[in-house]
Amino acid sequence: MKLIELKNISKTYQMGDIAVPVLKDISLEVERGELVALMGASGSGKSTLMNILGCLDRPSSGEYWLEETEVSNISNDARAAVRNRKIGFVFQSFNLLPRTTALENVIMPLSYTAEHLSDAERLKRGREMLTRFGLGDRFHHEPSKLSGGQQQRVAIARALINNPPVIFADEPTGNLDSHTSEDVLQMFKKLNRDDGITIIIVTHDPDVAEHARRVIHIHDGNIVDGLFVHSANAAASGNGKEKS
Amino acid sequence: MKLHSTVMMALRALRRNPMRSMLTTLGIVIGVAAVIAMMEIGKGSSAAIQNSIATMGANNLMIHPGTAASGGVSFGSGSVMTLTPQDYEAMLRECPSILYAAPVVRARTQAVYGNRNWVPSSMMGTTPSFLDVRDWNKMSEGENFTERDVLNGNKVCLLGKTVARELFQGDAPIGKEIRIKNVSFKVIGVLGPKGANMMGMDQDDIIIAPWTTIKYRVTGSNLSTSNQSDSSSSSSSTNSTSTLYPGQKATLYPERSETQTANTLMSVRFTNIDHIMASAVSTGEIPNAISEISKLLRERHHLREGEPNDFHIRDMTEMTKALSSTTTLMTNLLLCVAMISLVVGGVGIMNIMLVSVTERTREIGLRMAVGARARDILRQFLVESVVLCLAGGAMGILLGHGGSLLVRYFLNWPVETSPAAIAAAVLVSAGVGIVFGYYPAWKASKLDPIEALRYE
Repeated sequence: MKLIELKNISKTYQMGDIAVPVLKDISLEVERGELVALMGASGSGKSTLMNILGCLDRPSSGEYWLEETEVSNISNDARAAVRNRKIGFVFQSFNLLPRTTALENVIMPLSYTAEHLSDAERLKRGREMLTRFGLGDRFHHEPSKLSGGQQQRVAIARALINNPPVIFADEPTGNLDSHTSEDVLQMFKKLNRDDGITIIIVTHDPDVAEHARRVIHIHDGNIVDGLFVHSANAAASGNGKEKS
Repeated sequence: MKLHSTVMMALRALRRNPMRSMLTTLGIVIGVAAVIAMMEIGKGSSAAIQNSIATMGANNLMIHPGTAASGGVSFGSGSVMTLTPQDYEAMLRECPSILYAAPVVRARTQAVYGNRNWVPSSMMGTTPSFLDVRDWNKMSEGENFTERDVLNGNKVCLLGKTVARELFQGDAPIGKEIRIKNVSFKVIGVLGPKGANMMGMDQDDIIIAPWTTIKYRVTGSNLSTSNQSDSSSSSSSTNSTSTLYPGQKATLYPERSETQTANTLMSVRFTNIDHIMASAVSTGEIPNAISEISKLLRERHHLREGEPNDFHIRDMTEMTKALSSTTTLMTNLLLCVAMISLVVGGVGIMNIMLVSVTERTREIGLRMAVGARARDILRQFLVESVVLCLAGGAMGILLGHGGSLLVRYFLNWPVETSPAAIAAAVLVSAGVGIVFGYYPAWKASKLDPIEALRYE
């Protein structure tokens, strides 16, 4: 079952009089339950692709089907609702609200959810989510009192609070040491394996991409070998990067 | 998103930077406190000013009888006698806008005590409530006469300060007897000083007595003294004989000259009085009082539709104007001060909110990424600024009220709490929050989530 289907997506930025094509006619399919790494050098267009996939940006042309719904041409408000319900974001710099407790950070997206949960319900869900990520004793800690790994776990809990089918992680380990990186990646794998959540990780680090079952390489706005599917233990993705 | 959770979110956001929030609201706090304190002190002083202007007679009304005219020649106000004591009683009874009313009968003649004599500029026969009408209850000695004195036509009188000084030269006047037109009056009180009126006439140069006494004992039944058309056109001798015998009983039906009878067809009244003085409940009620009185008197005098009034009502327009212009001036002045300080406070709010939007760009981007719509962001920042302003307004109200209480306590200035000002302060501070918070909030809501997330 296709979760994501991109059909001939292009994105062109207008810089004054010059049109700069960033994505050139990209078609891509991601099945439900995949763990995909999106790799590419800076300037390759992977961030733009990520933004389009995350419903933060619109393609200049092409179709984007998310869960059998065309989302490239819907209104801003509708896209906000899609982001809220169907997509979880994990960022490189965690992006937690400063001077706000872990629990409040986690339940923040719920306040934008259309059907209103009661405060008690929200808090309950937030606590469950934090406990699941081993932060049961950190509910009322502010981000500045948490380690990098803990902060990223709070961010993952936040991304999952609305039970989205897909999580986009933009360089999730970029600000973490190798040990915590491994930790976070294991967490993603576990989510992918146990809960069937589709995870798309944007990275330029081959060691991170190694964990993915499939690596999509982007080069100059084109997918180089996106259809190449790795088995879970195939460590060949590192070579794939060299090819691009 | 529910308003309640938005407000909670705003409070949390503001709590993240308590020092800045406090400093931001300071502008509003000071503005609102100044407004409240000024309003309360100003209202107190303007009430005090109104009071003292009211003592000058600003809410007084004078009802004069109408004009007689003969062959195109009008004889001026008061030339016919149409007002009766019953008129004033009915006014008191039936006009809700009238607080006090008193009939006035005037005389101008000499008062004698021992070897001294004096002609007071006004000698009035009236009822005890005259002093209420003129707000003149402060006696410097003795006391006012009573309704019983009026009913019995007792020979008692009150002296104005000037009369007392001229006749008694420092002696105690209370209990002494003075002679007015060979009738001896017992002095039972000396009025408090009132000074000159707006025309520069000495208001203390006055003798006040029950109107029945003045009417029947001093001016006798000479009911046409005020009617100059009579004395000039007719040579009725009945009046002159009666003046010889003061104190004689009043004739039941006042004589009317032929001209009068010819010109004004009206029912005969028993007794007339020179004019009626009334005071309205408040200065603002004067127009109501005037219309009530006209209606009542027209009815009582059986005037048909279209017939002119046989009386005139005068109010103290000049004084009322002075009064209302003083108050409006004061209010406008206060309003200006209020506006300026609130605008300054509002600009402060806008400034800080703009800084806050810039500083929280990443937060805004994040919120948009997790599903906040533009209007959610707009609402969040707007609510934040309104909450800031309302909190500032609340503090300002407390501070301003406290300040005005201190002023009352230490300086003894009159202070009046003004619920309207408090309500206005709340509304205005919320308004300032919306007006000056809108631009930053709008700016925040127009951010591009991608840019905002990347913002350093």
